[in-house]
Amino acid sequence: MTTRPVRIGTGAAYSEDRIDPGVDMAARGDLDYLVFECLAERTLALAQVRRLRQGPGFDPWLEERFRQIVPLALARGARIVSNMGAADPAGAADRAASVLREQGLTGVRIAALEGDDLLARLDALDLVVAETGLPVRALPGRIVSANAHIGADGLVQALGLGAQVVLGGRVSDPALYLACLRHGHGWAADDWPRIGAGIGVGHLLECGALVTGGFYADPPHKVVPGLAAAGFPLAEVAPDGTAVITKLEGTGGLVTPDIVLEQILHEVHDPAAYITPDGVADFSAARVEAAGRDRVRVSGVTARPWPPELKVSVGVHEGFIGEGEISYAGSGAVDRARLAGEVVRQRLEMRKAELEELRVDLIGLDAVHGPATPAWAPAPYEVRLRVAGRARTEAAAAMVGDEVESLYVWGPVGGGGARKVVRPVVAVYSSLVPRERVETRLTWTES
Amino acid sequence: MRLREIAHARSGDKGRDAMVSIIPWKREHYPLLARVLTPERIKAHCSALVRGEVVRYDAPALGAFNVLLKDALGGGVTRTLMLDIHGKALSCLLLDMTIELPEAP
Repeated sequence: MTTRPVRIGTGAAYSEDRIDPGVDMAARGDLDYLVFECLAERTLALAQVRRLRQGPGFDPWLEERFRQIVPLALARGARIVSNMGAADPAGAADRAASVLREQGLTGVRIAALEGDDLLARLDALDLVVAETGLPVRALPGRIVSANAHIGADGLVQALGLGAQVVLGGRVSDPALYLACLRHGHGWAADDWPRIGAGIGVGHLLECGALVTGGFYADPPHKVVPGLAAAGFPLAEVAPDGTAVITKLEGTGGLVTPDIVLEQILHEVHDPAAYITPDGVADFSAARVEAAGRDRVRVSGVTARPWPPELKVSVGVHEGFIGEGEISYAGSGAVDRARLAGEVVRQRLEMRKAELEELRVDLIGLDAVHGPATPAWAPAPYEVRLRVAGRARTEAAAAMVGDEVESLYVWGPVGGGGARKVVRPVVAVYSSLVPRERVETRLTWTES
Repeated sequence: MRLREIAHARSGDKGRDAMVSIIPWKREHYPLLARVLTPERIKAHCSALVRGEVVRYDAPALGAFNVLLKDALGGGVTRTLMLDIHGKALSCLLLDMTIELPEAP
């Protein structure tokens, strides 16, 4: 426990996030904790698929981060908290230990937090899919993952037992940060104003560059200096939960109250009821104020007790998506691209391709906003035809790209730059499980 | 005029839904936007894209609105055929809405 502010920094905000800002944060952040948040809806399901194929079930960039970033942070006394364990936290801990040993770092205590993986227990749990109201077992396609979104408790316990590195799986994103603050300041799990503050800090930092100027620039209205050299964020959090969101001196980007406001609401439904496993945070009365250059003070976030159930993400292998693209330019480009799209549509019908859904877009015209594209949008000089189809079988999905590619010789004049791809669909559905049915446990290893 | 002249916005996604925060640059424009940015008008602006209902959450203490666009992602990030699978560009669609600013007295 400490009366000084806890310094907590971001080392990654998604699985393939940039390495170099993490190196900078570890080297110059003067941190108590460095957090890597690396799971998205699909990421965990894909990790489970890799594991089922005997590959590593943890984050593919874990080794790189333990080689380049983590040793710098550990050497300066920071502790590491992450969900890079993904589908295999214990395997992640073993690999992390061996990578640290290779760097000459021995004796580092690493905890793996397990128990979020419900795949083997699905039959007994008898869950219901939120989107359909039907039982999980009735989902079409093979279920490849089922993970409860767990809270901070297990991480806090690991830190309390002396872990220098904690690797979990589907820990809720803000809980990674909240756990550090609960441990660092000794906050109780039901100290709602502070739990709210901690969830708020986690929510603001877990998307990394989104709070330091990333995804904000809109010149000339919104200008961000040094965007290419933007840094990860860090927070200085006082014992009462008041936080200053900032970034390292000399990095590009920007931290302003307007950016923090955008990020407070990001991926939130009701700002007064942001549901997490550690509590329902209320951002609606937050105070967000400038506190110097690239420093924004956030206070007044609170929380109510946690809900009786945890969210569960269920990954289902639902077949394949096939895509093909080809470009047309010059006078008449739009008409030629439309004709090309029609040829592909007819060919797929003629070949009886068994597609569940087919979509034809003209990139450059209305591919992004579709029929909502305003009438005043100007006509383009060049367009790119994109055809996408979803199918049960890989063979049917592959026909989409093949038919686009064949426009090189069978389509309208001037089609160039064709590309095609087929990828598996891992759809993610959500469900709820009573909290008491999810038990977590820690396993330990040492580098 | 377009909404983007007096406000900024950010898109996010969760499952099949998208959400867009809308934040006026000046607090004095908050009551005006509360009046003109009705869920009905937002829905009309993007109904060709958003299949479900539009819900607006107001956070006057923050000076911000959060707009929930239900079923806006063609079935969700993980299985949609849409090019912009996350609906990242939806904020720019809403910022191009035309709004009327009352004449200065």
